[in-house]
Amino acid sequence: MEIPYTVTARPDTGLWNAKVGIWLFLASEVMLFGGLFSSYVFLRLDAPPGAWPHGLLNVPVGTGNTAILILSSVTVVMAWASLKMRQLTRYKVYMGITILCGIIFLAVKLAYEWPQKFDHFGAFIKQEALEKYEPYLGNHHLAERGLPPRTEISGHLHNHEALHDETVKEYEVALDPVNADPTNPLMDRPHFLPLAHTDKIATIDKADVEYANMFLPKHSTYFATYFTITGLHGMHVLGGVLVFTYLWLPVGTKLYKRNPEHLANRVEVAGLFWHFVDLVWIFVFPLFYLL
Amino acid sequence: MDASSGLAPHPPADHDPHHHDAGHDHHELPFWRKYIISTDHKVIGIQYGITGLIFLFFGFSLMMLMRWQLAYPGQALPLIGNWIGHVFGEGSMPDGKMTPEFYNSLGAMHGTIMIFLGIVPIAFAAFGNFVVPLQIGAPDMTFPKINMASYQAFMAGGIVMLISFFVPGGAAKGGWTSYTPLAILSDKGPAYDPFWNGQTLWLVGFILLITSSLLGAVNFIATIIQLRAKGMTWMRLPFFVWAQFVTAFLLLLAFPPLESAVVMQLMDRVAGTSFFLPSGLVVNGAPLHVSGGGSPLLWQHLFWFLGHPEVYVLILPAMGIVAEIIANNTRKPLWGYKSLVFAALVLGFMSFIVWAHHMWLTGMGSVVSAFFQTTTLIISIPSVIILSAFFISLWGGSIRFNVPMLFATAFLPMFGIGGLTGIPLAFNSADLYLHDTYYVIAHFHYIVAPGTIFGVFAGIYFWFPKATGRMMNEFWGKVHFWPSLICMNMIFLPMFLQGMLGMHRRWYDGGQGWTVAGEKVWGMSGFEWNTPISIAAWVMGLAQIPFIINFFWSIKYGKKVNDNPWEATTLEWSAPSPPPHGNFATTPTVYRGPYEYSLPGRETDFTMQTEPMRESDRKAYEAAAAVH
Repeated sequence: MEIPYTVTARPDTGLWNAKVGIWLFLASEVMLFGGLFSSYVFLRLDAPPGAWPHGLLNVPVGTGNTAILILSSVTVVMAWASLKMRQLTRYKVYMGITILCGIIFLAVKLAYEWPQKFDHFGAFIKQEALEKYEPYLGNHHLAERGLPPRTEISGHLHNHEALHDETVKEYEVALDPVNADPTNPLMDRPHFLPLAHTDKIATIDKADVEYANMFLPKHSTYFATYFTITGLHGMHVLGGVLVFTYLWLPVGTKLYKRNPEHLANRVEVAGLFWHFVDLVWIFVFPLFYLL
Repeated sequence: MDASSGLAPHPPADHDPHHHDAGHDHHELPFWRKYIISTDHKVIGIQYGITGLIFLFFGFSLMMLMRWQLAYPGQALPLIGNWIGHVFGEGSMPDGKMTPEFYNSLGAMHGTIMIFLGIVPIAFAAFGNFVVPLQIGAPDMTFPKINMASYQAFMAGGIVMLISFFVPGGAAKGGWTSYTPLAILSDKGPAYDPFWNGQTLWLVGFILLITSSLLGAVNFIATIIQLRAKGMTWMRLPFFVWAQFVTAFLLLLAFPPLESAVVMQLMDRVAGTSFFLPSGLVVNGAPLHVSGGGSPLLWQHLFWFLGHPEVYVLILPAMGIVAEIIANNTRKPLWGYKSLVFAALVLGFMSFIVWAHHMWLTGMGSVVSAFFQTTTLIISIPSVIILSAFFISLWGGSIRFNVPMLFATAFLPMFGIGGLTGIPLAFNSADLYLHDTYYVIAHFHYIVAPGTIFGVFAGIYFWFPKATGRMMNEFWGKVHFWPSLICMNMIFLPMFLQGMLGMHRRWYDGGQGWTVAGEKVWGMSGFEWNTPISIAAWVMGLAQIPFIINFFWSIKYGKKVNDNPWEATTLEWSAPSPPPHGNFATTPTVYRGPYEYSLPGRETDFTMQTEPMRESDRKAYEAAAAVH
């Protein structure tokens, strides 16, 4: 016996099977990302004042990626509509654009944004040594203005061996603008356009450092959540791209020849997943880039 | 067609182009396609069942080992001690004496294996897979290939968990709850592999198990919504299907937050993050070199957000099984079908907002505690409704005490004891004293062990003839039942005493070195009570042998029976035994509710759901409606 309602809807529920399936799956996905976003809220609320960093991510690039994802959500609907109108060529074009958008998004993330972070260094200064590094931190200035204090000095690390070598006693850092000129009122708020590190070099005594690392997941709670959530989101994007590619290849054409409605249904279901992935990004972007 | 579109291409269209009716042309399938990578819901159900039973016995064996250490701490285990030390490697049982590390591994893995590799796969996946499509009159699950993938992910998770016993340092030691920061800091250091260590493998195994349960849950819900036979309205579904439906929702929505927590703990262990590590930790006298800023409490919240619905995942399928068997063997309709259904739904919903009652001692604050205390007491109402409906169903029935019914009736008081002893734990003031004692162990084991496991056994004896066409032996079934019932109570009743003395659940020496365990109750100290408990546990292990032999022997040599040996009413009994691929020769049509026993005016005392209405039925229903 064939399984009924694989392509046509069951009259009393008005749904075909995969549509029920994908909505259930998405409900579970909401709970998965819900767990992660709740953790983000929980950890951020727990963080001491000034410990949650701002302005470390590249906002224009993030905005561009957001636009690309939104565009792909539109094109996937167009691809589905083309199938409904039985226009296979248009479907191929729109689906092709969708796949391309997914790949661009991933490429920007993996080849540009993430490596840039891995190349950035930050050192958290011990409470008792904050005064010593006042020229780089500008905490008196911040206190006057009622802003939370800075505890971290960041920039480009010159002596990478300092991270592992016990005999090296200090970090040599080409400072970020915020630490190079900490009392400048322009530095009170994060910048929309990213600023390159300056050529002003600071030496930080390891003995004064609470914890120092490259901008890796282990650098801070902020980057831990950032890499975990964007990583998991990236895996979802990759999954979507793979499914779309499968439906775009000749396998899809074969199915179209046999039953065009069936292919349309599959594109619809995969598209629903894609919209969800898009929606998750709509939360990720403000939480990490803007707020 | 199937949810993941591209990932698992269209099941029926490709896999068999031509129609096949009741069970010919399947013998052509080679063995590995028929039994190993089958997409048939019945085969997958049986795969889940047998794998689950093996894991269940393995998990129980771990506990039988621990019971030696608890009753005779520090003494060499006779006969098999050296052999076990050899199998689990050095550091487990040198000279037959159990090390504390090995004891911790056994404890953590007993809980993990029993719950996630034993009970859930059997009660939910095995029975759900085998019975639900048959009971709703469906040819299979909606997504057969995803169903197969669900079993394979489960199997992979199980294998990873088993491998973790044999990596350097042994299996996870952080308890089945893997509380942080302990779990993140354990199994680390020069003696351990950065990846192939107990705790990391525990996390990896969990991701696989959660994937498996997700695929299963989606499939179950979609099947119940989409593939009900003609006339099978929601209020004609057997209660078992309702129970599985609610269970599937719990798994679907409660597991993912734990998955996110598992991913974060994995990041903490592998990538060095501090999701669950607070600032300022000092380990072995040196400050821990991590960024800090994490929250151990966060792990507990996410863990128990799964952990509590999980309790209902464990109990609801058993309630479903018991409902079917009680209706069948009392030969009268189940009492209060509608209340049962709504109670199950309320139970499912409420189970999402009681989780923090596992965390009274974390200092969440009195407002939060008051909220969860209230919801916890509310959730006892639907449980009581369900149990009461079962008890009332027994009233005035001419009960057939066959083996399934023995297990099902035993379920009622056992679950009752488990439920009622939970009430003191629901109050945070009483829990201050009882938290983490043997009282808690006794409480939840009464629910899961003589509760759910008895339900599972009842189900196995009940549906065995449907799966094989043969009965299990009645006499040996009773030889299995009575010692199991007695031993269960001998194991868990004294634990209430131990717990009320204040004995902690994780003591390696069974309480030997602790003053509270020296106090005497009924002539024996708390510590000395360990000995009868342990003996009862080992006798219960022996009592499972008749079941194991009976199970395999009956597959081949059991008494042959017809398609409906229990004279039951639900749809699965109108299919051939064993049902062929596709289940029903023609799609069944349903005319009535699931429990039409002793319908007046009928020549038999059971009227199947597929029986068309007669004039006499109409009169009987009208007369019944007039009475109410």
